[in-house]
Amino acid sequence: MLEDTLEIGGKRIACRLFVGTGKYSSHAVMREVLLAAGADVVTVALRRVDGSVKTENILDYVPQSCTVMINTSGARNAEEAIRIARLARAAGAGNWIKVEVIADSRYLLPDNMETLKATEILVREGFVVFPYMSPDLSMARRMADCGASAVMPLGSPIGTNRGLRTEELVDIMIREISVPIVVDAGLGKPSDACRCMEMGCAAVMVNTAIAVSRNPVEFARAFSMAVKAGRLAWRSGLPEIAGGARASSPLTGFLRDTE
Amino acid sequence: MSFYDVFCRYRNSEWEAVLAAVSGADIERALQREFLDFSDFLALLSPEAERYLEPMAQRARELTLRYFGRAIQLYAPIYVSDYCENACLYCSFSARNQRERKRLSLEEVDREAKCIAETGLRHILMLTGESKKMSPVGYLRDCTRVLKRRFSSVAVEVYALSEGDYAELVSEGVDGLTLYQETYDEDLYRIIHPSGRKRDFRFRLEAPERGAAARMRQVNIGALLGLADWRQDVLFVGLHARYLQEQFPDVEIGASVPRLRPFVGSFQGSCRVSDKNMVQIILALRLFIPRLGIALSTREDSRFRDNLIPLGITRMSAGSATSVGGYTKAAGQNEGLPQFEIADSRTIPEIMARLREKGYEPVLNDWIAGL
Repeated sequence: MLEDTLEIGGKRIACRLFVGTGKYSSHAVMREVLLAAGADVVTVALRRVDGSVKTENILDYVPQSCTVMINTSGARNAEEAIRIARLARAAGAGNWIKVEVIADSRYLLPDNMETLKATEILVREGFVVFPYMSPDLSMARRMADCGASAVMPLGSPIGTNRGLRTEELVDIMIREISVPIVVDAGLGKPSDACRCMEMGCAAVMVNTAIAVSRNPVEFARAFSMAVKAGRLAWRSGLPEIAGGARASSPLTGFLRDTE
Repeated sequence: MSFYDVFCRYRNSEWEAVLAAVSGADIERALQREFLDFSDFLALLSPEAERYLEPMAQRARELTLRYFGRAIQLYAPIYVSDYCENACLYCSFSARNQRERKRLSLEEVDREAKCIAETGLRHILMLTGESKKMSPVGYLRDCTRVLKRRFSSVAVEVYALSEGDYAELVSEGVDGLTLYQETYDEDLYRIIHPSGRKRDFRFRLEAPERGAAARMRQVNIGALLGLADWRQDVLFVGLHARYLQEQFPDVEIGASVPRLRPFVGSFQGSCRVSDKNMVQIILALRLFIPRLGIALSTREDSRFRDNLIPLGITRMSAGSATSVGGYTKAAGQNEGLPQFEIADSRTIPEIMARLREKGYEPVLNDWIAGL
């Protein structure tokens, strides 16, 4: 098969497992996870970056080969997300932005309207924008139309490890939306990630499941393998699943009688 | 409609009888549920639930890891003034205690801030006594400006303010509000707050929602355990936290459950809160509100603090001085009297090392300075 890279934001991404950098027991473990996963794209919350503390800057632990996507964690509306993105760029953290606008502290579900507003403005300002969203076809269309580089629907609420509970909606988005679909949030095990890739997602994004597993490094490796397997299966073409039993009384049998 | 209306619906409940009627089955049901209601919370705080601490702890640990990860945010308090017009019976700052008072000049605030910031901490909690004359909102605003130069996040733990005053502080860069009701027993509240503005129970009870309405990012509530029956106070802390979370979904709600510590004064509280009780309280709060921030101060000793970490704690104060000017005092120099005695006197590097040993990342910065 031809080389299978994801072209996005002017870059060629080989590893379709995007990895988050929160919730780890140490920056050192996080770095090992990124290396084990072979991650090309990693998300970092700007709120965790403290450029003034030289010894403990989280960005120093991200391998050079990775593209950093700053997320706007903590933003409660479009305005805050835009300010975070601008601060990130001014601080030299690049222009890849995962827009995350959450005004719901109970379930941490994203606010699609505010996310769309931030996406429109940030795209105009030259950012490579990845909106994190509740799966919704109309919203995803609007985000793609205004220039989002991909859309990132959630599989289930952040941190729940419940897997791809939004499968029907994500499946429709994959078929209808022109930009890559990257399932983000809620994937709890490698098979969840594999399922997303088999469906035709361009990539998946995982953080909590890896960070809080008993062996984050090995678990990251497992996720990476599952993503590759799912991708390969999708490219190979999944076989049709056989339908139900054959009807005992044919509905067109009468045609034989009349011939 | 405010939390006071919710409070009034529940305040005359026969809690003791209700808590005593909880069965093992009630607790097991609560442990199985994904979303707990108030009756589940009540079950987990009952005397019967003391037999279920281990399964509660397992569930609390799992929820905390899931939503907060292996990370503990550290912050330091900075006491800027101990002038106080209240006469709280349980506090060293009480106006009844004849003692020298101190208020930091802005230069002194900056010196203290520099001393704290050099440790790497980027979250600070500013505290004062209540004195409209010595620590008015204008002074708090000026202190905030000084602190914002060195810290990403400035929170306040000061007397209850109006929504307009909170909004003024927010516009200067304050992003967090901590305000403890002390006790939700209204009758006892009047007794232990014999004079001063703090005597107004309802004004204080509604302050957290005024802060949230003024766009504070974090609002942290709590009760000072040991003043009244702790089970009843914690039931109201849970109710209050859930009310705030429902009314202000974009605000991060937190809770603290400090225990009374030795102080200058006579009132020693009527209810002892054991270590076992503390564990039950933290577990019940975590299970009831999985995404609740739970802060633990240096009132608790180092061993106990370390053991509580996996059970649901998300924030800890560290390297704390609880007196005005306490960080920069030179040997032999007079500093203010501490508000309470510290039980965990470890330095910030010591606490960070211990957290790492336990498999947790100490988080010094979790907000954005320029936002």
